[in-house]
Amino acid sequence: MSKVLILAEHNGDTINQSTAKVLTAAKQLGADTIDVVLFANNAELAAQLATLAGINEVKFVASADNHDQLAASIAPAIAEMGKDYSHVWGPSTTFGKDVMPRVAALLGVNQVSDIMEIIDANTFKRPIYAGNAIITVKTDTPQIVATVRTASFAADKSTDGNATVSEHALSTAAEHTSFVELSSGNSDRPDLQTASKVISGGRGVGSEENFEIVYNLADKIGAATGASRAAVDAGYVPNDMQVGQTGKIIAPDLYMCFGISGAIQHLTGIKDAGTIVAINKDGDAPIFEVADVGLVGDLFKIIPEMMEKL
Amino acid sequence: MKILVAIKRVVDYNVRVQVKPDGSGVATDGVKMSINPFDEIAIEEALRIKEQGKADEVVVVTIGNSDSQQQLRTAMAMGADRAVLVETDSAVQPLQAAQVLLKIIEEEQPGLVITGKQAIDDDNNQTPQMLATLWNRPQATFASQVEFTGDNKLNVTREVDAGLETIQVELPAVVSTDLRLNEPRFVKLPDIMKAKRKPLETKVLADVAPDLQGQMIEVLSHEAPQPRSKGVMVESVDELINILKDKGLVG
Repeated sequence: MSKVLILAEHNGDTINQSTAKVLTAAKQLGADTIDVVLFANNAELAAQLATLAGINEVKFVASADNHDQLAASIAPAIAEMGKDYSHVWGPSTTFGKDVMPRVAALLGVNQVSDIMEIIDANTFKRPIYAGNAIITVKTDTPQIVATVRTASFAADKSTDGNATVSEHALSTAAEHTSFVELSSGNSDRPDLQTASKVISGGRGVGSEENFEIVYNLADKIGAATGASRAAVDAGYVPNDMQVGQTGKIIAPDLYMCFGISGAIQHLTGIKDAGTIVAINKDGDAPIFEVADVGLVGDLFKIIPEMMEKL
Repeated sequence: MKILVAIKRVVDYNVRVQVKPDGSGVATDGVKMSINPFDEIAIEEALRIKEQGKADEVVVVTIGNSDSQQQLRTAMAMGADRAVLVETDSAVQPLQAAQVLLKIIEEEQPGLVITGKQAIDDDNNQTPQMLATLWNRPQATFASQVEFTGDNKLNVTREVDAGLETIQVELPAVVSTDLRLNEPRFVKLPDIMKAKRKPLETKVLADVAPDLQGQMIEVLSHEAPQPRSKGVMVESVDELINILKDKGLVG
């Protein structure tokens, strides 16, 4: 008998796709009951969630501010609700990574981080050492607190669900922590973590201005844009574009990268991509070891030629 | 104010680890070990805060076997004032690590605890959050900027998926570092010599925390990741575009 409680993530207007991915994982578990807990001030979000098939109940916890989903405030409520569940799961996004270990600590268990495969209700596979080893772990604690690696599960796309929505009040808002502001590198391009195509640039792009040609190619084929740590550190692009062990882990159908050498830490972020295309001046760059298609050459010649021919 | 920095000895980030053929673990014999890169950033941040006159002591702590002394000495060569090793030969998981660190906090009474956001060996990203919870104090994870405000508070900018989020936390608090918080300093030879004379206290884990709570997650097996099938090198943009078109990836 497994009963799963999923922590929903949203940006104030829409439910994040990561929630639908955790739902997919919960269904693979063969859960008897799947409930979702949502902290927001927007009841419309609860209605959005209720349409996902397979969810029994949406526990809508009214919170003062859509951005004020601070871990210290919401974790006690999740842990309290979680006592009635065998599995308490969140997405392995920065939001889930921040909150879920607090929930685990309150429930007195170690967390299973980044589940990439479900063997059975107690046994899971997860990556360690930047994805260079995969471990199978088993835990039989009363609550299995875990984060689900979003790149390993497809989003549940059902829309014919009819979950009950119940309302709850947040009684535990932490006074020692407060939200100040969110500055987002918002763009009109597709979301990096859910896009089917991603075009990335690295140090080889050379400057913030030069990134324009990478953006142009991305727009041409409708891709999201990503970057290596080197490009972020050099100030060419904002941090939310970073792909890798410490950035975003993505699994698009097409990942095309320009001027990225392919450090271990970057490769771990793209290993699950359908087709990896690498364009680099250095024929010995490690990126070519994982690329499905490689082209040695100057990106400043190749991108304009691609723009012309696509 | 005292700052406590928790660090971990891990396989150096440049090493590509190999899974042992019998699946019992990864090969670590003779492999280069270092301070977890995120923890180096934590040490650096603590030192910078001290250099600004906002802290008077930086204490670095680790849980691990006796070899971890090397990493504590390195931390002291960077500038930490003293070190505490909680010695154990067994692997420790995040919930247990948080309980041990809490005991050290109770003893040391720091005003701020800084640690890396995750260790690059187990990639768990749990210990700082769990520590903050058990300590009943705020957490500011994935920090890329830490700024003191007047009344014993910190404004911390955090690297989140949507961009940069700033939160305010009251001290004492736990901060976990992201890569862009700072650039850790290099250790100079004379400082390595000086660090040898700095105090390094060794405690036995069973004495520090004799009653660790919570079940460990059992690791059944290790395996190498599925290798990707070998790719092709193309000579021209035309060839590349043809492949992408054949696969239906571009219109």
